[in-house]
Amino acid sequence: MAKRIDVDDLNVYYGDFLAVEGASIKIAPLTVTAFIGPSGCGKSTFLRTLNRMHEVIPGGRVTGKVMLDGEDLYGPGIDPVNVRRTVGMVFQKANPFPTMSIYDNVIAGYKIAGSRKGKKELDDIVERSLRGANLWEEVKNRLGKPGAGLSGGQQQRLCIARAIAVEPEVLLMDEPCSALDPISTLAIEDLISELKTRYTIVIVTHNMQQAARVSDRTAFFNLAGVGQPGKLIEYDETSKIFSNPSQKATEDYISGRFG
Amino acid sequence: MSTNLQTAPKAKPSAMRSQLVGARLPKFAVPLTAIVGIALAIGFKYLLSWSGWSTTVVAAAVLFVIVLTGWSFSVEGRRRAKDRLASTLIYACFVAAVVPLVLILVYIVQRGWPALSANFFSHSMAGVGPDQPGGGIYHALVGTLEQVALAAVIALPVGIFTAIYLVEYGKGAFARAVTFFVDVMTGVPSIVAGLFVYTFLLLGTGARPFGFAGSLALAILMIPVAVRSSEEMLRLVPRDLRDASLALGVPKWRTITKIVLPTAMSGLITSALLAIARVAGETAPLILLVGYADRINFNPFSGDQGTLPMMVWDQLGKRTGNSGEFTDGRAWGAALTLVLLVLLLNVIARLLARLAQPKRG
Repeated sequence: MAKRIDVDDLNVYYGDFLAVEGASIKIAPLTVTAFIGPSGCGKSTFLRTLNRMHEVIPGGRVTGKVMLDGEDLYGPGIDPVNVRRTVGMVFQKANPFPTMSIYDNVIAGYKIAGSRKGKKELDDIVERSLRGANLWEEVKNRLGKPGAGLSGGQQQRLCIARAIAVEPEVLLMDEPCSALDPISTLAIEDLISELKTRYTIVIVTHNMQQAARVSDRTAFFNLAGVGQPGKLIEYDETSKIFSNPSQKATEDYISGRFG
Repeated sequence: MSTNLQTAPKAKPSAMRSQLVGARLPKFAVPLTAIVGIALAIGFKYLLSWSGWSTTVVAAAVLFVIVLTGWSFSVEGRRRAKDRLASTLIYACFVAAVVPLVLILVYIVQRGWPALSANFFSHSMAGVGPDQPGGGIYHALVGTLEQVALAAVIALPVGIFTAIYLVEYGKGAFARAVTFFVDVMTGVPSIVAGLFVYTFLLLGTGARPFGFAGSLALAILMIPVAVRSSEEMLRLVPRDLRDASLALGVPKWRTITKIVLPTAMSGLITSALLAIARVAGETAPLILLVGYADRINFNPFSGDQGTLPMMVWDQLGKRTGNSGEFTDGRAWGAALTLVLLVLLLNVIARLLARLAQPKRG
């Protein structure tokens, strides 16, 4: 069951530095939401607060609320480990575990976490996840080979397979295609539209065409200047953002007048 | 850029030299300068009647630098002259660093090699006097291996766990203090570590010297080396991998044991074996804590034990004041064995590190 995310007046800090100020956003289940904006505007930082990965960075903390189906992720007693099992993440740089085979990479979420599952069950998970990430046909004959031996695009799809293997309800993607060629990018964009039927997806991208192609709704982040906090400027239907944005800054950004 | 080059008026190549070509010294400049430098130095030697050759060698080197830099300056200009000067000095430093090392190794092998034999490795020195042939290092080898192994068993876990704390958990004043004290401990003279154990263990309990007391001192010396090198290795593990694991909903301790440690394993093995090699030849604390026995003592927890560095000391007659016809050869044999042991550890470290390295493709 995909879940909805409601963020209410979230401030994100690195130590004393306010990186994102007063962001509020409502993300519906089974949609693709794109975050766009210039570098340093805090979109990746904001994304990482949605599964409590921000606090992994020394000094990282937030104030405000992130509700997942009405439950505050930063509420008392919430275990970040459980949050991250529910809200999966794919990173900008493909990061398969170098010590593991393709097979082990896919089930890493189970294997490292020490869950005991039978061989048959794991085989099923591997096949289902790799099929889900459109990688099965390419690697089915070499599942025992190291994951680091795949091409960049394949590695990124392997990371997506690894993220969906643990069956999250929300999938966060932090510029998943920025290091990939157009063919691999297309493969991942196709994948995103397929995954949309099962997961709530939030994607950060620098590629505005990509945002226009894959997302249902788009959020534009901007910052007033260096050292200023990033802010959520506008959040609306993707078609509206790219055709008739209500904010001047959004229009300037998508029409390439700055950034 | 390229269009400019093509549309530029065709200059006669012989008449106008391209701006991009700089004046260079001919290829034979360096050997020629070397010959000139040596010849000049030898000339000075006879002219000024220097005794010995060391001054001449230094003079030849200095003359080489001066002539080459001057020549280069006049032909190639300032920047290339500086480049030649810096390159020459760097090569000189390299030679200065390597020559003593090679000389030491060559000398030890030369002196120690004749002593090595199956008998030498399988017999102790019990009952072998300074003027008697035979005897061997078996007792010392046993002592050194046992003590170093015990020291490693104590120091490596402490070192690696401290490194894990510093890299994965440590923040704030306490972590800074730990780093600071580890750095200070790196510089602690080995005799001080020995004195510490001596005061608390031997004087405190009134015990006689024994092998394990030496192990404790060696462990104290090993910990900071192990911490520092393991820390470097753990820091090399990319942040991405930790993030990837955490984002899968894996608890932190499992991320460390299943991702960080395996990824760094090859480096950790190297650092562990290098830390062992670092203390294998330590002598000062052993004088206080282990003493020396020329018979075989397998028990590191009771009684004096022989060790390789102490055997060198003993055979040179520094311990008893007795040296004889055969002691020198045995001392060099023991020294060579110690060097070989360290060499072996380094080779093993590299082999294991290669085996533990993550594979690609």
